[in-house]
Amino acid sequence: MTTATAPTSDDATAYVPLARRASMWHDFATIAHRAIRGVFREPEFFIPALITPVFFFVVIVGALQDSAQGSGTVTDFKAFQLPVAIIFAVTGVSRATALVTDIQSGYFDRLLLTPIRRPMLLLGLMAADVVSVILLTIPVLALGLVLGISFESGIVGMLVFLLYGATWGLAFAGFPYAIALKTGNPAAVNASFVLFFPFAFLTTTFLPKEALTGWLSTVSIYNPVTYVLGGLRSLISDGWRTDLLVQGFAASLGLMVISFGLASLAMRGRINRG
Amino acid sequence: MLSAIQARELWRTFGTNEAVAGIDLDVPYGEIYGFLGPNGAGKSTTVRMLCTLLGPTAGTATVAGFDVATQPGDIRLRIGVALQDYSIDGKQTGREMLDLQGRLYGLSTRDIARRLDDVVGLVDIGSAIDDRVDSYSGGMKRRLDLAMSLIHRPQILFLDEPTTGLDPASRSAVWAEVRRLNDDYGTTIFLTTQYLEEADELADRVGIISDGLIKAEGAPNELKRDIGADLIVAEVDGDLELAADALRAIDGIDDVETHNNEITLATTDGAGLIAEVAVALSGCGVPVKSLTLRTPTLDDVFLQVTGTHLAGGGDHSGRPDTDEAHQSDHASAEATS
Repeated sequence: MTTATAPTSDDATAYVPLARRASMWHDFATIAHRAIRGVFREPEFFIPALITPVFFFVVIVGALQDSAQGSGTVTDFKAFQLPVAIIFAVTGVSRATALVTDIQSGYFDRLLLTPIRRPMLLLGLMAADVVSVILLTIPVLALGLVLGISFESGIVGMLVFLLYGATWGLAFAGFPYAIALKTGNPAAVNASFVLFFPFAFLTTTFLPKEALTGWLSTVSIYNPVTYVLGGLRSLISDGWRTDLLVQGFAASLGLMVISFGLASLAMRGRINRG
Repeated sequence: MLSAIQARELWRTFGTNEAVAGIDLDVPYGEIYGFLGPNGAGKSTTVRMLCTLLGPTAGTATVAGFDVATQPGDIRLRIGVALQDYSIDGKQTGREMLDLQGRLYGLSTRDIARRLDDVVGLVDIGSAIDDRVDSYSGGMKRRLDLAMSLIHRPQILFLDEPTTGLDPASRSAVWAEVRRLNDDYGTTIFLTTQYLEEADELADRVGIISDGLIKAEGAPNELKRDIGADLIVAEVDGDLELAADALRAIDGIDDVETHNNEITLATTDGAGLIAEVAVALSGCGVPVKSLTLRTPTLDDVFLQVTGTHLAGGGDHSGRPDTDEAHQSDHASAEATS
């Protein structure tokens, strides 16, 4: 048993915390710094994420290029497919698995015990997601350039192309975060990948909008990916089509509001449950 | 006296499960308070409420003078917490974890550097401080976890079973650090444990919790003294009540308790009565497997107030483990964000 020297009332009231509530930017930068460092410490995360879009790009172009171009539906099928490869590369890329690991290990609780602002716990992860999707987009874009695809919108258009892809990737990332926060279960987070399929395939993945018929044509109208692909393709083929770019950007932002709204609700629920 | 931690009729339910069923606490500044109980008794739920991770279902609590429900931000600046599991990111190095922890608490770069020097000594893992935490042993992780909870020099430290799973050497190191923090800095420490010797060794006062209620509270020596100066424990193999009745007739026996196949006698003169006890047991024809004279332990206190042993006994209430209760039940508590 210890013989504690109990402080007097004066000692207790004189305590000045070394800790303090930092600025919002400081909170964001602290969480983002850790999350980005985590991205670079998991190179194994990038390899499948990179192989998938390249595989689909090569297979789809190899299988459908002649028929698509021969029928006159598409002029340059490789250019038509490059945005699809970008969508495949960035959709579902997030730090949600790392978030689940934090929840399971108790580190998420440790974060909640600090004075950091709660929204920054998600926003900081989003910063790492932007880095991830740009890192994944660059090799796919480089592959397209090597295969002879040129951008009507020039170098600035390529940069916008990257940011466009990143915005879509970020918009979709809210779903795995919502599932991670709701369930704390890695299997559930991995299962969120099934959301990818309706978004990625019920749209203008293989054919332009004008060539779609029946129910697929109808569904594609309500699929935000249709507009994101439209914006991306316009940067390659048309130059600067403000109307298409705005539509695609708005589609991404709309989905982002929904997905991160769900993620915020899930976070609030998790905090409430303790 | 000012209370570092105060609770009044604090409740927390998960559905129909009353994990904490109306506890009162008064922990003065500078005290090491041991919260002793088996798994599922409500220790971790209480800590999570006091640390602002979990809203109370009913009742009130203040930590460092601030209300857990309405002033959680003020509390978080003043408390350090080492939860039951190692709350560590294995992909980072020990130094990065400590640095990050300092930043999360808004410390300046200079303060972080100074505090790193202070707490790295506690971690005591040499150059491994720059290795990734994944490569650490359980003891190293626990010490790092404790160091992280101290980086912002908290006024009140919550330690939730800080030595569970540690080897004896690591356990001793943690005990020494807890004592040093209390002696040198007057840090108030709220320590949950299911280890009797830990509570006995460290705590100025102990609260015994079972089924979500505090069953007894006081300095370990006082609690033990309440049982009696000496205990004679007879392990019998036969009619327990017959033997107990025979022993109750002996002058100088203050109390007789039976549990499983044990009879525990409280007396002020164990040495003088043990022979008479042996004769009485022999006289009633109940075979005796062992007869022991010893001073009371906290386990005896626990047995007296809960009717069950704590040592090696775990939870006998049938209550689910607290953490499992968190996972399985989505109670609608108030947020303490």
